[in-house]
Amino acid sequence: MIVLPLVGLLERVSWSTLLSDLSAHDAYVALRLSLETSLGALAIALVLGLPLAWILARRRFPGRSVLRGLVTLPMVLPPVVGGIALLYAFGRRGLAGQLIYNLTGWRFVFNTSGAILAEAFVSMPFLIVTAEAAFRSMDRRGEEAAATLGAGPAYRFRRVTLPAVAPALAAGAALTWARALGEFGATITFAGNLPGSTQTTPLLIYLDIESGHEATALALSLVLLAVSLGVLVGLRDRWLGNP
Amino acid sequence: MGSRSRTVGAAALAVCSLSLAACGSSRSSSVAATTTSTAAGSTTTTPAPITGSLAVFAAASLTGAFNSAKTTLTGANSGLDLTYNFAGSNALVTQIQQGAPADVFASADTKNMDKLVSAGLVETPVTFARNKLEIAVAPGNPRHITGLTDLARSGVTVVLEAVGVPAGDYTRSVLASQRITVDPKSLETDVKSALAKVTSGEADATVVYVTDVTAAGSSVEGVTVPDSLQPDITYPIAVLKATENHAAAQAFVDSAVSGDVQKALEAGGFLPPQ
Repeated sequence: MIVLPLVGLLERVSWSTLLSDLSAHDAYVALRLSLETSLGALAIALVLGLPLAWILARRRFPGRSVLRGLVTLPMVLPPVVGGIALLYAFGRRGLAGQLIYNLTGWRFVFNTSGAILAEAFVSMPFLIVTAEAAFRSMDRRGEEAAATLGAGPAYRFRRVTLPAVAPALAAGAALTWARALGEFGATITFAGNLPGSTQTTPLLIYLDIESGHEATALALSLVLLAVSLGVLVGLRDRWLGNP
Repeated sequence: MGSRSRTVGAAALAVCSLSLAACGSSRSSSVAATTTSTAAGSTTTTPAPITGSLAVFAAASLTGAFNSAKTTLTGANSGLDLTYNFAGSNALVTQIQQGAPADVFASADTKNMDKLVSAGLVETPVTFARNKLEIAVAPGNPRHITGLTDLARSGVTVVLEAVGVPAGDYTRSVLASQRITVDPKSLETDVKSALAKVTSGEADATVVYVTDVTAAGSSVEGVTVPDSLQPDITYPIAVLKATENHAAAQAFVDSAVSGDVQKALEAGGFLPPQ
């Protein structure tokens, strides 16, 4: 059931025109934009997600399980619903979006920052979930030893905690990045679709299929497929150890 | 009383299932329909009721009108099991070509219908509706948009449908004929999502069909595009050759040209087929 669709895709790809399909202007622009936005989304996920994961793993406070549920919600939410939610929050008339727009004239919709925001929204849970599990399951004795030797919390985190969870964090980051790269529903609903500013690769694939440019759509699909597969295979071998 | 009505109900059910079986084998539906309505003991039998299952594949822009016609049709034809499959005309053509069980196809443009005609999958299509383009703006028209040239004004945020989306292609040809250069902020995949960008306040204007503005009610306002600039937007409908319920399929097509479906279309802002 998983392999057959992939075979179907590979079978239909026009290999002889693959390179020219990919170097077509829109395709190239979309691939570059996808790279930029997915890395931007990963950066946001790391900055916001890591502290959140640490709090979830190490602090006890009322409402923790609710918070944990909330941060993982985008994983199961239909992406289009996520896009609508983002619109109501960060749109020109949204809760925060209106304030930002009135104060600065800045808007997320029809803007690359909106695509990054949509990708971050959908992919951040992958980072939080893996990081929280790593923080929770790591051997605490190293931290305790460091504490008894007089190391402060920041130093302890940097020199003891972070190296211990690094492999898991790397795996989580790779997953997060791959998920951001493939984001479609929230982006098209929230950010819009314009080559060079919000038209990421999945959006162009969808549009190409809709308007009959099957060859480009298949070529781009192949790139996303190869990247995603590469990330997952790489994860297994490099960071999780090959059993 | 209770048991008696239950018996009658069971008898009616038995007749229904018998008539359905008849439909399945021979599709001589009118006979079965007469029996059913007699058992129900109410409706008149003229004109001949439409019975059996009918799958209509229709362009997404027809959703509102076809759904309101469904209430009328199934009300007048108790033996009719009408189901719709709404999607972009492109997607529907692909589904039909891949063997989806459709009885009727209603397209938003001739281009997509022609694909099925040349593939030999449909009977001769007929035009059942026409449409017009209209500029959709926020209620109250805060940006004072009075015509297509205003879409090129700086500071007006415009979204259009992408190239390849029928509404987008129509709009582009009109804009090009007037030498108006619009700088859209987004290329939406269909009219509904273009309209949503206006209703949500993200865009100031877009170009959609008159019927979309009608369907959106008070959440948008329409600015008329002059008749002299209107492209020829026609909706063809056809019976699929592979249909197993030709009588019902033909009846639906007839009703779309001049009948209850046509009335619903006109109520939804569609123009009659010339």
